[in-house]
Amino acid sequence: MSMERLILPDIPEYHLLDVYESRGGYQMLRKALGMKPEEVTEEVKKSGLRGRGGACFPTGLKWTFMPKQSDKPKFLCVNGDESEPGTFKDRQIFEFNPHQMIEGILIAAYAMGIATAYLYIRGEYATWIRMVRKAVDDAYAKGYVGRDIMGSGFSTELVIHRGAGAYICGEESSLMNSLEGQRGYPRVKPPFPAQNGVWGCPTTINNVETIANVPVILRLGWEAYSKIGHPRHPGPILVGVSGHVNKPGVFELPTGLLLTEIIGNYAGGVPGNKRIKAVIPGGSSTMILRGDQIAGVTMDADGLKAAGSSVGTAGMIVMDEDTDLIRVITRITAFYHHESCGQCTPCREGTGWMHKILQRFEQGHAAASDIDLLLNVANNIEGNTICALGDAAAWPVQSMIKRFREEFEKRVAPAPAMGPPLAEAVH
Amino acid sequence: MLSEKSLNAIEELKKKYRHPQSVVLPALWMWQEEHGWISEEGMKQIAEVLGIPVHHVFGVVSFYTMFNRKPVGKYKIEVCTNVSCMLKNSDRILKHIEDRLQIKPGETTPEGKFTLVEAECLGSCGTAPMMQIGDRYYEDLDEAKLDRILSSLE
Repeated sequence: MSMERLILPDIPEYHLLDVYESRGGYQMLRKALGMKPEEVTEEVKKSGLRGRGGACFPTGLKWTFMPKQSDKPKFLCVNGDESEPGTFKDRQIFEFNPHQMIEGILIAAYAMGIATAYLYIRGEYATWIRMVRKAVDDAYAKGYVGRDIMGSGFSTELVIHRGAGAYICGEESSLMNSLEGQRGYPRVKPPFPAQNGVWGCPTTINNVETIANVPVILRLGWEAYSKIGHPRHPGPILVGVSGHVNKPGVFELPTGLLLTEIIGNYAGGVPGNKRIKAVIPGGSSTMILRGDQIAGVTMDADGLKAAGSSVGTAGMIVMDEDTDLIRVITRITAFYHHESCGQCTPCREGTGWMHKILQRFEQGHAAASDIDLLLNVANNIEGNTICALGDAAAWPVQSMIKRFREEFEKRVAPAPAMGPPLAEAVH
Repeated sequence: MLSEKSLNAIEELKKKYRHPQSVVLPALWMWQEEHGWISEEGMKQIAEVLGIPVHHVFGVVSFYTMFNRKPVGKYKIEVCTNVSCMLKNSDRILKHIEDRLQIKPGETTPEGKFTLVEAECLGSCGTAPMMQIGDRYYEDLDEAKLDRILSSLE
């Protein structure tokens, strides 16, 4: 199907300010500045836009959590820490459409009365930080950012903040600590950021792709926007497809498309027409699905929930019939072990234990009882940590055992078990 | 020592945050760009310039993986081995570099030119396998392409 591309339009040099302006760029900011701030928020709320960073939280509703009157300045943090394995979408916005993101940031800033917006970009994206910096400088020079924007009397600043290599800083409270110049430890909630965020001030955190949708909502109007894709999770969504497909990449699609259609039609199918063994639908922390389980499943919050997984970042990883799933889950778990910030014992220790047990399966000296031991460790991480990284580490393991138990059974060492005693091996 | 240019940039940046401590990551980046790695001297100077304890700066440096806590080669090669790259045979890419440079991940060649590191997902999943050298991404790698890139740096 063909749809006008709204987030990554197919227009040459669209990243340049004059090209963006020639296509109506920054006119939605002008429109917003002529509205009351609460009218802008209402428009976003009614559009049905839900966060594209992984949690699918309604964006307009989040904005209403910000206090209208505040003695303290209010801040917006835009999350461009994009580090979830399988995710490479925000990078496309930085490269091909940075001004739409900037325009969205400014509209959001106006709606919430933001003093300064911080755009946090992962440290490894040095090349893309340079591109975005150029766009921000150009926007400042034209008076779209800074003092008295377009003569409206509204002022806001936009600051790019470079991360330095920590997956956890994509977690919103960790991002705020990182911005404060601290170790990126997640914070206990409540208090929630809208009351007590960065420097103890009211703060909203939105993902880059979410923010890039905001000018689209103002342009089309909430009603037309809400009719794109799935009614309960509307809008365009950037779906990344990687792994065993002929044409990997990021595709802008309406929500609600079949996973099989995305893989088959957009990503060009599986090389050699091999069978799909498994699909991770939305970044490595979402629950893995069996290949024979994806028929009829759609890329939206309801569709993936019904299938026993979630949208996450819509970074889909496809694995063909020859894939060694034990190796996949061992690698994923090694990642979470490496990225655990170390604050909470269940995650800090549990991710390492899971990795050790999984290595026994990988190397062929696991005991049959190790399957349930692994599940037990995962179950004791889930829900017992300050932030969602614990859950993110547990879900892939739990779902892999639930849906591919036979893969573990095949890798158990012939009796008697040749592995070291469990107590010794776990610690 | 930090250059005059960086010290001025730090003063400008302080105005953009509510507390000077927020400038610790930008200041560490400036130091690393000028010196290649973060020494004790660097942490001390940054602490002084920002008016924060040096142990706090050390706490920050040790949390973030991109800060080099010891000298590294002129070219730091980081090969992504996370799932999407693994499915596209990133182990072959890593092995090829190991064989060619005769070093293992975590090591630097004797003349100090190349350091090899295994990296977590760098957001190039659609162009896997990939590696990063310094600021630059090299994507859709195979052995021949890898040889051309390394030859151009040797």
